[in-house]
Amino acid sequence: MPNIDMDAPGSNQLFIGNEAMARGALEAGIGFASAYPGTPSSEILGSLSEVAKKRDIYVEWSVNEKVAIEAGAAASFAGVRALVAMKMNGLNTVIDFLSTITLSGIGKKGIVVMVGDDPSAHSSSNETDSRPVSKWLDIPLVEPGDFQEAKDMMPFLYGISEEFGTISIMRSVTRIAHARGNIKLGEIPKIAHKARFEQYLDPAAPMPTPIMCVPSSFRHMFQHMRMDKVREKFESCSFNRYVGPDKPDLLIITAGSGWLYSQDAVNALKAENRIGILKLGTLWPLPEKLIKTHLSKADKVIFIEETDPFLEGVIMEYTAGFSPESKRNLFYGKHTRHLNSFGELTPDAVIKAITSVLDIKYAPRDAEYMKKVEAVPQGHVMDRLLTFCPGCPHRASFWAIKNALAMDGRNGFVTGDIGCYTMALGPAGFFQTRTHQCMGAGAGLANGFGQLSRFGFNQPVVSVVGDSTFYHSIIPALVNGVHNHSNFTLVILDNGATAMTGFQPHPGTELTAMGEPAAQISMENICRAIGARVEICDPFDLKDTTRTILDLVEQDQGARVAIMRRTCELVRQKKEKKPYKMQIDPDKCLGEDCGCNRLCTRVFRCPGLIWDAAAGKTRIDEVICTACGVCADICPEGAITKEAIA
Amino acid sequence: MKNLSKDPINLVVAGVGGQGNVMVSLVIGNALVHEGYFVTIGETYGSSQRGGSVMSHLKISAEKQFSPLIPEGQADVVLGMEPVETLRVLKSFGNQNVVTVVNPRPIHPVDFTGSGSGYPDIQSLLGQIKSMSARAYVVNATDEALKMGNAMLANMILIGALLKNSLIPLSERALVPVIKDMFPKAVAANTKALKAGADLVSILN
Repeated sequence: MPNIDMDAPGSNQLFIGNEAMARGALEAGIGFASAYPGTPSSEILGSLSEVAKKRDIYVEWSVNEKVAIEAGAAASFAGVRALVAMKMNGLNTVIDFLSTITLSGIGKKGIVVMVGDDPSAHSSSNETDSRPVSKWLDIPLVEPGDFQEAKDMMPFLYGISEEFGTISIMRSVTRIAHARGNIKLGEIPKIAHKARFEQYLDPAAPMPTPIMCVPSSFRHMFQHMRMDKVREKFESCSFNRYVGPDKPDLLIITAGSGWLYSQDAVNALKAENRIGILKLGTLWPLPEKLIKTHLSKADKVIFIEETDPFLEGVIMEYTAGFSPESKRNLFYGKHTRHLNSFGELTPDAVIKAITSVLDIKYAPRDAEYMKKVEAVPQGHVMDRLLTFCPGCPHRASFWAIKNALAMDGRNGFVTGDIGCYTMALGPAGFFQTRTHQCMGAGAGLANGFGQLSRFGFNQPVVSVVGDSTFYHSIIPALVNGVHNHSNFTLVILDNGATAMTGFQPHPGTELTAMGEPAAQISMENICRAIGARVEICDPFDLKDTTRTILDLVEQDQGARVAIMRRTCELVRQKKEKKPYKMQIDPDKCLGEDCGCNRLCTRVFRCPGLIWDAAAGKTRIDEVICTACGVCADICPEGAITKEAIA
Repeated sequence: MKNLSKDPINLVVAGVGGQGNVMVSLVIGNALVHEGYFVTIGETYGSSQRGGSVMSHLKISAEKQFSPLIPEGQADVVLGMEPVETLRVLKSFGNQNVVTVVNPRPIHPVDFTGSGSGYPDIQSLLGQIKSMSARAYVVNATDEALKMGNAMLANMILIGALLKNSLIPLSERALVPVIKDMFPKAVAANTKALKAGADLVSILN
């Protein structure tokens, strides 16, 4: 990870988009940053946390996004520039607060929300497009078209936030936030932040801020007037620009990563003289005059944007008000099925859409090469299914859950949640997880299932959550379950880290984002204070863990808790060497003849275990195996052995 | 920085999650940016991080910032950290002019071991990689790295093999400051691995 606060103005560096945004926030002089981790947004706060002390700013991993944005708003209210970061799922959880701060106005210093969208849902349970929130709630929104803009837009956006007195949003997508590119650094100002809360007159309304007035429809009216002023400002913004001929055959209107793909596509098709690109950086409120000017240049217009047809929709809506004589455009995009409104954009998708509209022929490879491609046998490029890391405690936890539910015999199931353990939907967790929605949903669902015995429901329900998820959104569900006598078992996989997003601290860990000692909040104390029975086990002790889960499941009343405590293997191996020497005795491994039916490689499926088809035995891949020792306990013949390394 | 005979150079680094794919693209990318090039890197990541097929797309240009994804069939160089993954990338991004460097050490997928049908025959995989490349090189990076005491050094050995054949506009000299910056505790081992890659790489026959 580069040092984002390096004092080298004018130098070129290779940053991921998130680091560029964090650098931009430093160059904008922020004093406060808060976030909850979520791919693809996590490195914004992560990189700021590493320089926070040196730069004398406050940085916090908050318990969830709602607390993060409210904490950030307080800094703005007290006159300190604040940054709040989250992924699109997080934005969904803060809509209520956004819907009031957009009316109440902010403090004297600006507040910017950075939201990372994940088209194709590479690391998400959905692929929501955040942009419509700006139109819905009247919030200015910008989207960087490359890495330099990801940095340079930050000071600009704080200027907008303060000039017009409104919270503002920067939306980025995976292919900007998590891609890497060049940025030229600017200066980081030295600011002595001074915090003091006082009310002052809203720059856009004759009312004090930040309080709501009754009726809030007055505020709503002024917010619309505020947005009209922002629109005027956006009309002449340099983040909106046009490249191409004066009278193109086709006008591309694009934003974000679509800007880079559109340039690549025009380049690949050698169509620079036929195609113009209008790249928008300020997406809402829409710079209408600018758009109208460019629409008059071309008959054919295509929209290139990630996920939803947002610009496509708002621009076509805008042109619907044109007089009949100024309506000249034929619009192409997602509504004409030239592009998909699901899955991420790719250069190939853009090339295909353009060639279809302009009837251009394009073949990326010759026929002879394509024959070779088609001749590759399917088995030579087999799929690699998702799985837990070798040595991951979750594999052992789900092994124990699977066996406990099988022993119980009432067709019990797991309601899942958000984290690495989501993979238990598939073979990684032996297909135990049967529901998968959003953060905290598994425990909420378990509450409902646990009340259905009056209607004949008798399946055991196990809600499985991670430690960070527990603090984020499980506590209210457990309170509800205990209070209402709902019948379910809550399993907390406590691996001591927010593992999936990069090991950020959470309220149960030792250090804050600033690297200072934290007040560690004990999850068992919380659960016991709520009134739940709590059992704690080490998932690597398969026998004890299985017996404990079975006992909890068979209790069959009330909400009760099992904490599976074992450090994330990726964290452990950074600090310690392999604990065991693992070996397989080829004389004891019976292979296909064993009654276990290759339990280790066919069912347990740790990547460190390989089925050697030629020898008809299992063997260990020493490069992959982390020597957790769990497989030694599942082999019925005792062929797999672990020997402690002193 | 020099003008490139083809601009941009499209490099795909292919491997299995956990091998160090991102690290390879970072080492190469940082060195190129310090030399004055524009570099854009797109990575597969997230839930495919461990044990899944992963690749990094690098676009190297003396002129401008390109997008983070390489279009179908447009790779100029493929750096394969694992044979099946190398072939997978050639299927999607290979063409008659592509040059490939491959580490022949397999990583078995768990579903494969589960079905019991075995990993494809290595010689057959390498034969296909060769036929789908204008030139192909092989370097036993993992074996050498294990001899050196750390499987992760395979990545630097592979970078050494790229440099030796001038497949990217970088010299060993340009990599030294990046190695010092990224691996301050293992400068000697990484520098040694870089040289070992240059010594060991050979044409795939």
